[in-house]
Amino acid sequence: MFVPGNNPGMMQDAFIYGPDSIMLDLEDSVTMAEKDTARLLVHNALKTIDYGNTEMVVRINPLNTPYGKKDIEAVVKAGVHVIRMPKTETADEVREVEAEIERVEKEIGCLGRTQIMAAIESTLGVINAYDIAVASKRMMGIALGAEDYSANLKTQRSPEGIELLLARQTIVVAARAAGIDALDTVYSNLNDMETFRKEVELIKQLGFDGKSIINPRQIEVVNEVFAPKEKDIQKALTILAAIKEAEERGSGVIAVNGKMVDRPVVIRAQRTIDLAIASGIINKEDI
Amino acid sequence: MNNIKDRADLIAQAAQKMNKEVYNDSHVKKIITPRHELQRQSSKVVTLEDAIRKTGLKDGMTISFHHHFRGGDKVINLVVDKLAEMGYKDLHLASSSLIDVHEPLIEHIRNGVITKISTSGLRGKLANEISHGLMKEPVVFRSHGSRGYAIKSNELHIDVAFLGASSSDPLGNAAGFSTSENAKSICGSLGYALPDAKYADHTVILTDDLVDYPNQHNAISEADVDYVVVVDSVGDSSKISSGAIRDTKNPRDILLAKQAAKVVMNSGYFENGFSLQTGSGGASLAVTKYLRQGMIDKGIKARFALGGITSHMVKLHQEGLIDRLIDVQSFDKVAAESLMNDPKHKSVSANEYAAMLEPGSATHFLDVVILSALEVDVNFNVNVLVGSDGIIRGAIGGHPDTAADSALSVIVCPLLRGRIPCVVDEVTTLITPGSNVDVVVTEYGIAVNPNRPEIKERLVAAGLNIVDIRDLAEKARKIIGNPAPLPFGDKVVGVVLNRDGSVQDVIMNITD
Repeated sequence: MFVPGNNPGMMQDAFIYGPDSIMLDLEDSVTMAEKDTARLLVHNALKTIDYGNTEMVVRINPLNTPYGKKDIEAVVKAGVHVIRMPKTETADEVREVEAEIERVEKEIGCLGRTQIMAAIESTLGVINAYDIAVASKRMMGIALGAEDYSANLKTQRSPEGIELLLARQTIVVAARAAGIDALDTVYSNLNDMETFRKEVELIKQLGFDGKSIINPRQIEVVNEVFAPKEKDIQKALTILAAIKEAEERGSGVIAVNGKMVDRPVVIRAQRTIDLAIASGIINKEDI
Repeated sequence: MNNIKDRADLIAQAAQKMNKEVYNDSHVKKIITPRHELQRQSSKVVTLEDAIRKTGLKDGMTISFHHHFRGGDKVINLVVDKLAEMGYKDLHLASSSLIDVHEPLIEHIRNGVITKISTSGLRGKLANEISHGLMKEPVVFRSHGSRGYAIKSNELHIDVAFLGASSSDPLGNAAGFSTSENAKSICGSLGYALPDAKYADHTVILTDDLVDYPNQHNAISEADVDYVVVVDSVGDSSKISSGAIRDTKNPRDILLAKQAAKVVMNSGYFENGFSLQTGSGGASLAVTKYLRQGMIDKGIKARFALGGITSHMVKLHQEGLIDRLIDVQSFDKVAAESLMNDPKHKSVSANEYAAMLEPGSATHFLDVVILSALEVDVNFNVNVLVGSDGIIRGAIGGHPDTAADSALSVIVCPLLRGRIPCVVDEVTTLITPGSNVDVVVTEYGIAVNPNRPEIKERLVAAGLNIVDIRDLAEKARKIIGNPAPLPFGDKVVGVVLNRDGSVQDVIMNITD
């Protein structure tokens, strides 16, 4: 969930709505005049607010601005989990950010703590998606930023999102090839929950791991769409139980209901269960 | 003895014995005017000034009003302006509530026209001035149920009631809506005005739609009305859903509402035939939306919904999820129209709604009430009247009545409002005693009164995030720190009565 880094009230409240990840923004939602104040606020928010188990991300300003390096220093020192790079176009940009993170981490003695997520918001970025995804061991995900991308394409966003199809699929394919997460862009019309739901259904079908949101009211829809169905959970639990049993028996071959279970099926089952736990449908202890 | 002449002596004897006159028809004169002409007139219809004079209102007496038009009310200002113009002084104004729109009263208080106030609440600049010590006499605050009963028992004696109505016939059969073509306003239930109409020495109806006799179905009967005054407007109906009543899009209110709905659904009271009420405030109103889905999923239907009736409640009623609506106050236009058109939507007077000593009060039959709060403290005491800045900014309403009488009271209250902590060590002013508060829902967790261990057990079993209320107060303190003590003066500006009539708390003046 995107939260402006210059709004203390929102930063303090964000986690009560239960998003999986909170992204405090120092970039587009903060005006030039407020860059320093916002950085200080975000630094202190990360240090003092109890965000529980929520993944904390900060979107920094690009390194080619006067703010980028200061942003990295402030948020790495405050213990951010993930730094989100805006408008990423090349692998080199990722490596520059990585070098800066390493410098700060070395200084404070916690090397390797901070991960990187890159937002791809241009045609060049889409072309380089895989290179970006594998540019650093710290890369945990790539995300589409559709507003800038559409402008770059010389078109505008449509309700169906046909103009984004190539970018979305490229990003999912690149993320999968690199073994990291693929996250979809925001949908900003809060009064049209129906189109939002359709978009979430679409991107889930395309293979995305999640959707960026701008308001807590969107959380429920994303959770509902991504939550696995009861039938799938039962099937997944049966598969995982069979694997456990097979492992205990020392058997390499697993069959459920007479059908052989191969690796992709196991991976999918595990993913279903992870999602079910994340959605609060089942408890970890119940498995 | 077969004709009446033969019985004349006996008739005279019977009359003497009964101390009555013998009938004489020589003075009987039949009125032959077509009756449709008479349907439009009555000696009761007079100007406001004449009505005031004819009631015999004198300096020092008590006048009363209702607040069913809330932010759109025009009656109080109109009448008090007229009283000031006529030179009245030292009046006691007893309104069911006062809000922002009644700011002009400040001048009337300064000029000595109004020297005493009884109300359920105060808002806006008037509240601000009174909190700073505008009045010599403290304002007396009562809950709605308590006010109704105080009027009935004559503890609060009303000399003249001035009651706005959206329709009235010339005899004073009045309603909060109008079925005529000239309808100008609608406020729905006149519940808070009914004790006034019934028990005041004199009742004046002000209406902006004088309809032909008979006006029907009327909330106020001609039997209780002395005068009818026609005015341009009694209220702006578009503002009846402003003020305390909001349909929320605020994500925090939605979160609170969803949590509160889960509390109700898992409380043990969520079963066929249950009854419910929601108070004002975005979150508590929104609970209805989320209860609806639970009722559909589990096939549960409610016997009645009570209180301030909202369009959400009306929707559930029309869908067959709530059998009856009992309406002391219509919270929006949809509710007001439903009252006008639906026989299963009934209005109720303030004392039949929530008076402690009225055995038939609807609140006595209430399972679940969901209420909001300005502050809750670690002993579950609730304040809905005085802000954390020491300034009066709310209304008692039916809060203490419904919390006390219901089987389960649920308070929805954010832990923090901006920089103000709402779960505190001690409330600024005690309105609803903690002994009547069962569950407090905040965005940081749900606290259950230790008096209700069975509720706690059920909510824990349902997987809800149950926390200790002291931990919530501590959490607020950690985030915000300890607010500086309020600069109260030594003058009592308000007295809060308990619903049993005893004095429960006083409000001190605030200094800047």
